[in-house]
Amino acid sequence: MFNGDEHPILIVEDSPEDFEATRRALRKSRLGNGVYHCADGDEALDFLHHRGKYADLASAPRPSMILLDLNLPGTDGREVLAEIKQDPQLRNIPVVVLTTSTDPRDIESCYEVGANSYVQKPVDLEGLVHGLERLQDYWFEIVVLPEDPSHA
Amino acid sequence: MLDDHQPILIVEDSPTDYEATVRALKKSGLANPIYRCEDGDEALDYLYRRGKYDDRDLAPRPGIILLDLNMPGTDGRDVLDDIKANDKLRAIPVVVLTTSSDDRDIQKCYDAGANSYVKKPVDIDGFFESIQRLNDYWFKIVVLPKSE
Repeated sequence: MFNGDEHPILIVEDSPEDFEATRRALRKSRLGNGVYHCADGDEALDFLHHRGKYADLASAPRPSMILLDLNLPGTDGREVLAEIKQDPQLRNIPVVVLTTSTDPRDIESCYEVGANSYVQKPVDLEGLVHGLERLQDYWFEIVVLPEDPSHA
Repeated sequence: MLDDHQPILIVEDSPTDYEATVRALKKSGLANPIYRCEDGDEALDYLYRRGKYDDRDLAPRPGIILLDLNMPGTDGRDVLDDIKANDKLRAIPVVVLTTSSDDRDIQKCYDAGANSYVKKPVDIDGFFESIQRLNDYWFKIVVLPKSE
């Protein structure tokens, strides 16, 4: 239905192990989305706003989806989510919270702030592969994704 | 990971489309109770427990809403705006399920806070496939907000 390179996924994740596992799980799917990685919230905001080391547009394409961890050093995932969803240029990018947190307050407040969905990170690799496969099957095969408003 | 009791609200004016959606959901193994509103005004009455939905047993808070856009009276766009502008309702995930592939609808729905936008396939096989994937994602992988 689409060329994976055209639908980059931004993964915001501070744990190198979790990032590697997520990237490998995504690679196993047949869709082949390009994957970008930011290790914390400040870096994610630099990426999205093309600041600092991401000043060059080519180094930071607008993601078709963001997989966002919540517990990050510095600016955490909750703040990144709130900032994205308040920004008219960024708010329509689907943000899927992918976290180990099962705190009902996190679940409720992420949806209130505008998370497109909240997924609890499976603890085993098999569960992660399976979960991300379903996530990609949904978001990239049946959902109609928004366009960049500045190009629309 | 939908709680078994969490109700699904389907807002759909076409009886044929509603029936097909329910059959597809059941075929995918979904056991949650399904509620239906036939237009936008009824959906808002349901969510605000007004009129014939005065009794909360008749109108439990849905774990998720599947929303058609083109409906008589208050249409799906207005219902979406209302839900996402309301502090008590906005956390409920709303999946737009529509035949419209108008770019303006897609952009406006995401801007208004739709949790995702799914285009209804016109053929029945495609439709069942889409509902299966929707079910596999929202009801098996996603953690939904508490319904009550």
